[in-house]
Amino acid sequence: MGIIGPNGAGKSTLFNLIGGALTPSSGTITFKGHDITATRAAHRCHAGIARSFQIPHPFVGMTVYENLLTAASFGNAGFKDSKAACRDILARTGLLPKANRLASSLTLLERKRLELARALATGPELLLLDEIAGGLTEAECHQLVATIKDIHASGVTLIWIEHIIHALLAVVDRIMVIDFGKIVASGPPKQVMADPLVQEIYMGISVDDVA
Amino acid sequence: MATRDLDIVTSAPLVIRFLPTACLAVAVLVLAAAPWWAGRADLRLLMEVFAYLALAQMWNLLAGYTGLVSVGQQAFVGLGGYLFFALTVFAGIPVLPAMGLAALLTGLIAVPTAGIAFRLNGAYFAIGTWVIAEVFRLLAAQIAALGGGSGISLPAQVVRAMGRRQVMEMTMYYTSFAIGISSVLFVWLLLRSRWGLALAAIRDSELAVETLGVNTQRVKVLIYIVTAAFTALAGSFFFLQKLRITPDAAFSLNDWTAFVIFIVVIGGIGTIEGPILGVIVFFALREIASDWGAWYLMLMGASAIAVMLIDKRGLYGWLKDRLGLVILPTSRHLD
Repeated sequence: MGIIGPNGAGKSTLFNLIGGALTPSSGTITFKGHDITATRAAHRCHAGIARSFQIPHPFVGMTVYENLLTAASFGNAGFKDSKAACRDILARTGLLPKANRLASSLTLLERKRLELARALATGPELLLLDEIAGGLTEAECHQLVATIKDIHASGVTLIWIEHIIHALLAVVDRIMVIDFGKIVASGPPKQVMADPLVQEIYMGISVDDVA
Repeated sequence: MATRDLDIVTSAPLVIRFLPTACLAVAVLVLAAAPWWAGRADLRLLMEVFAYLALAQMWNLLAGYTGLVSVGQQAFVGLGGYLFFALTVFAGIPVLPAMGLAALLTGLIAVPTAGIAFRLNGAYFAIGTWVIAEVFRLLAAQIAALGGGSGISLPAQVVRAMGRRQVMEMTMYYTSFAIGISSVLFVWLLLRSRWGLALAAIRDSELAVETLGVNTQRVKVLIYIVTAAFTALAGSFFFLQKLRITPDAAFSLNDWTAFVIFIVVIGGIGTIEGPILGVIVFFALREIASDWGAWYLMLMGASAIAVMLIDKRGLYGWLKDRLGLVILPTSRHLD
C-alpha cells in the first residue's frame, strides 16, 4: 500500500505510531489481531513490524555489515546463519561492496539503502518505508522499484510513504491519501488519483482551476 | 576524517596485527608472576592498580558504551565494602566468599536503585546517582553496629583465617589480579557478543536500535546492575586491603568516581584499551607527584583538560589513529 499526502499531513507520524516510536494519545493500534497500543517498539519488531526512517539513522560507529547484523541478531528473523542472510540482503540492496566500511562513510543515498537493508534484516512481515526514493536518479529509482517488488514478492506486506509518485504507482495495489491527519481517499491507485479532492489537496490545484 | 577510518578492518600483515595483542598477553603473564619478582610495596601498588582497572572498565562500560554517565559509583564501592565487612564480622563468612556475596547483594540493591535513577535522563541521571550515593553514605553512618560515622576495623582473626602471612599476601594479590583481568575479559567478551552490537548501536541511535528489536531500557538497566555488582567486588577488595572502613572513605566521590572518570577520559572513553592505558597513566602520575600535595591534583585536572582539548578520544584514540593498531579487536568482518 502506498501513502501520499502533503508535507505535515501526518504520514511519518503514522509510521511513528505503528512502529512504536510515539504513543497515541487516544485510540488503539492492532496488528495481526493483537492490540499493540502499549507495546514497546522492540516487541513490535519481534512481532514482525520493521521500518525505515525518513532521515536515516545509521549506526555510524559500526560497519555496514555490523548495522545489519544488529538487526539480524535482535529482530524477528531468527536466522540460522545471520552472516549469510546479511550478505544476501546486502547484495539485494547493492551495499555488498560497502559491507566492511564504516556507516559514517556512506553517502546519503547509501544511507537510505542501509535503512532499507537494516529493516529487512529484522525479518519483517510488515515493512514501513518512509520516503526512500527521494533524490534518486531515474536509473536508481528503477532499480529501487525492482528491489521493492522483489521484497513484496517474498511475502512482505509493504506500506510505503513516497513523494515520487510514479515509483510508488509502479509497486502498490492500493493507495491512501492523508491530509491534516485524516484519510482523504483510499483505494486502487487509478481511482484515487482521479479523485478531484485528491488532485486538489495533493497537487495543490483547485478543481475549479482545472475546469 | 582520516581516510584510515574508512577501512576499519586493517589489512596489515598478521605479525603486526597481532603484535599488540601478543604484547598484552606477555604483560599479563609477567604480572601473573609478580609475587616472584616484585617487592611487598610494589605488590600492594599492583593490587590497587588491578582494583582501579576494574572500576575504570565498569564506569567505561556504563558511560562510554551505554551512555549512562554516573557520578555515583561510590555508592557501589561503599556498599561492597560495608557488606563485605558485615558478612565477615557478623556472619563469620570467610573473606573470599564474603567478597562474592557482597557483590551479589550490591547487585540486588542496585535493582531498586535503578528504578529511581532510570526515571532521570542525561545530566539529571548523573546528579541522581550522586544523590543516591550520598543517601547510602548517610545511612552507613547511622548503623551503630558498623561503627556509625567513625567506621569499623576488620578484626585480626578474619585476616588471620586467610592463612600464614605469605599465603595471605598471595591470596590478596591473585584476588586483585583476577578482579582486574576478569573485568577486561568480561567487557571484551560482552562487546564481541550480540550485546556488544546492541551497545554500540545504542550509542549512535537509541531510537533506531529499539525498532530493530533491542529493548534498550532493559539493556541499560542490566548493564547498570552488572556494573554495580562488579564495582562492589572491587570495593570489597579495597577495604580488605585497607582493613578499615568509614562512611567517608567508603562513599568517597573523589576516590571512587572522580579518579575513575579521570582514568577513563585520559585513556580513551568508549574503548576497552583506554581504561588500561588510563590506569597506567594515573598511577604513574600518582607515584611521581604524590609528594607535591595539592599540585598533584591540579596536575591531574590539567592533564585531563589537555586530553579533552587535544583529542577527546583520549590517549588510545590518539595512538590508534597514528598506528592503526587494535589490541583487543571487537569488530566483525564479512568476507
